[in-house]
This record gives sequence, structure tokens and C-alpha cells, in this order.
Amino acid sequence: MTSRTVFSSEDIYKALKRISHEVLEALEPGEELLLLGIPTRGVELAQRLLRSIQEIRPATKAELGVLDVTLYRDDVVSATRSIATTTLPPRGLDNYVVVLVDDVLYSGRTIRAALDAIVDNGRPKKVKLAVLVDRGHRELPIRADFVGKNLPTAANERVNVCLLGSDGSDQVVIES
Amino acid sequence: MRHLTSIRELDRDAALAILDLADELAQVNAREVKKLPTLRGKTVVNLFYENSTRTRVSFEIAATRLSADVINISSEVSSVAKGESLKDTAQTLEALGAAAIVVRHPNSGAAKQLAEMGWVQSSIINAGDGSHEHPTQALLDAMTIRQLFSTTDLAGLSVVIVGDLSHSRVARSNILLLNKLGAEVLIAGPAELVPEEMTAMGAKRFEDLDEALASRPDVVMMLRVQKERMASEFASEREYAKNWQLDSRRLNALPESSRIMHPGPMNRGLEISAEAADDPRSAILRQVTNGVSVRMAVLHTLLAADS
Repeated sequence: MTSRTVFSSEDIYKALKRISHEVLEALEPGEELLLLGIPTRGVELAQRLLRSIQEIRPATKAELGVLDVTLYRDDVVSATRSIATTTLPPRGLDNYVVVLVDDVLYSGRTIRAALDAIVDNGRPKKVKLAVLVDRGHRELPIRADFVGKNLPTAANERVNVCLLGSDGSDQVVIES
Repeated sequence: MRHLTSIRELDRDAALAILDLADELAQVNAREVKKLPTLRGKTVVNLFYENSTRTRVSFEIAATRLSADVINISSEVSSVAKGESLKDTAQTLEALGAAAIVVRHPNSGAAKQLAEMGWVQSSIINAGDGSHEHPTQALLDAMTIRQLFSTTDLAGLSVVIVGDLSHSRVARSNILLLNKLGAEVLIAGPAELVPEEMTAMGAKRFEDLDEALASRPDVVMMLRVQKERMASEFASEREYAKNWQLDSRRLNALPESSRIMHPGPMNRGLEISAEAADDPRSAILRQVTNGVSVRMAVLHTLLAADS
């Protein structure tokens, strides 16, 4: 097995910074932002995006949430996979501009599940998608609005996103 | 894990995993759309050879909230009444596409037999077999105690189970699970209704209810008196109530921090006074609510993985 680092901690920092700017640009006056992280890595990415957005524009009305989509998946769920706590703002999802945050966009099935979970929890004004890595191989008509890096991969390769909080360091590695 | 017929099939970690999952699934019951798609396309059959309202309805709601299709079969209105055997009924249900069969049966061991004889591939969930076990009841009780005392396991808590222990599947499952999770289990009931095996299972026996309550238990779990046994096996209702009822005197003596539980249905005025049932310390309705979450967790654990 070979592995190569395709994204350094510097690259991740810059990508998150750029996505933060793009999210702010897309936000219209009066809109309230909700960054919704998909466990596990998406949660930390959402936290870091929020911090960086508030550094850029401290007056931004923005909140953080966690959306577990395990029970909405259409593929086999491992019985031992534990389900993370979904945390949404007290008033629900209505009228927020929701930005779903995940580490890797691949088949699109996780996002499909997330969209279903969102619909069951309320009616946001808009839903957008931010991912650190888009590795292609979509199986559904889904695309990201904000992408850290487009990473052409072969289907048999594995893309591992490591983050400071969960893994101790920031990097993206491709294993094949 | 394919079946759940006894608490003995769960180790401590597996039990805690189900309770954690139940806590997460409880969120869904607070939402406006109380439904998850996870068991879509699967069929759950409730096969009940004994009357039950809350357990059957609870399983039905749990399966429905996970988007499974639910079929209810009770023995009086099915071929069971024509003398069909458990084996034939179960095989027929499986041939009709049942992914899980939730079975309540008057014979101890019926669920285990279904799971182990190789008659069917469906998951078997024991919803009460004779006086043997009622594992989802014990799980929902444990979930309730965890909530009441904000703990992960039940270490350091004492639970006294009161009443007709020998015919109680609720008591058997609870003694096993409470022990596994580290609680101290005390039992109290009429001498002829407390079997020896229970002390061997790890329960400490009291001969007198007042003495048991004087130990200041965290939880008092009252068992239902099966009135149909009253005539043959124990004394009059009045005498039972005098010795074993959670009445107002005992209620007043109970510490403020103690909690009262009952698996239902209650005989108000027999094993529990109306005052105790409606006391602020009573968690009886919370048990019912938690029953749905726990059964969702069990169905998900058994069915979601093997699609």
C-alpha cells in the first residue's frame, strides 16, 4: 500500500479561509447562517469554518449544528456504528441558510441522506454544501457549492482526511 | 446480533450500546416528523399469544417510526386458534416476508426455541415468555434509571423489586440487567413467591417490605399482582396490600430522592396505591415513553445491519 499526502496543513488552512469568504459572499443581507457538520470530520470542519467566518466578519449571525445521517443512509449500516447526537438550533431549521459541511464528497449518497434528514427536521431557506475534498465518482446528481480541492482519484483509492481535533494533525492522504 | 430472547445474550457493552442508541433515537420522538427511513421495506410481525396493550403498541410505534411495515397477530383471531403450532405459524410468517417476529408467549422459553431451532431466519425478539424473561422491559427500565440519575451505567444505585417475583419475567430480566450494569438489586415479596434462584442470580432478599425500604433504595420497582393467581397461590388482596403495597405510609417514609417504577398495567389499590402511582417521584409514564425508544434501538440493532 502506498500513500501520498496531497494536502498539507497549510493547504487546509487556506482552503477553509477561502471557503469562509465564499460562504460570506453568497450570503444575502438578513440571511441567517447555520453550519451543519456531518459526523465525524464534518463537525470539526464546521466549527473551524464558523471561527474563520467570525474572524472575517464578526457581526455575522451564524450558528453551528450537527446532523447525523446514519439512519437515513440507503447502504448497509454497520450494527456497531454508533450514532452521533444530532444538535439543531432550538427553533429548528426553518428560514436558515444551511451549509452542510463534510470532509469528502464521493458518491453523493451521504449528502442525499443529509437532505432527507433536513427535510424531516424543518424547512431551511436554502441548503448549500461545503466539502474539503471533492474526489469525483458521483452516483447521484449532487454537486458542492464550496470545494476546498478537486481531487481526481481512482475508485480503488482511499482518501483519508486527518484533522487536528480528531487525528492530531491536518492533512489529506491518498492511499492506494 | 440477530435475536434478542434474553438479557443473558447481552454483555455489558452491548447493553450500554442499545441504551445509548435509544437515547439518540428519543430525539426523534420529540420532532414534528417522528419518522426515520432506516427500516423502510422491512416487515415486523407482532405475534402475541397473550394479551398485551402497552408492549404491542410500543413495538408497533417503534417499528412504524423506523418506517417498517407492521403486522399484528393475536392468537384469538388467527390460525393459532385453530391449533397451528408455533413453528408452523412462524414459518408461515417468514414465508410472507417477516424480517422480525416479536413474540409474546405464555410458555417460558418459546422465543428462544424459535430463535434456536433453525425453523426461521427472521430475527426473533422476546416480548415476554411465560415467567421467564422480558428483555425490552428491563432495557427500558435501565434507560429510565439512567435518565433519572444522570448516569452511564448503574453503579452505586440500589433497586428494590417488590411483589410476586416467582411469576415475574420483568423481575428476572431486570435482575440480570441491573446486575450487569453494576446496580445493587434487592428483592422483597411473599415467601412463597420469592424463588431461591433469584438470590443466586445476585439479588439480596428482604423478608419484609418496610425493612427493604429502610435501606433507602434509589428505585422502588413494584411488580404487578397477577390477580388470576390470587385465589390459588396467595392470600387475600387485603392481606397482600397490607404487607406489600406501596401505600401512603410507606410512600411518606420513602426518601425524597427515591423514584418509583412499575412495568404496568397497575392494579391501583393492590400493589401500589393511587397516591404512589401519581406521586412526583413516580417515573411510570416515563417508562412507557422510553419503551418506544428502547424498542426502536433493538429493532435497529437487529435489522438495520443485515440488509
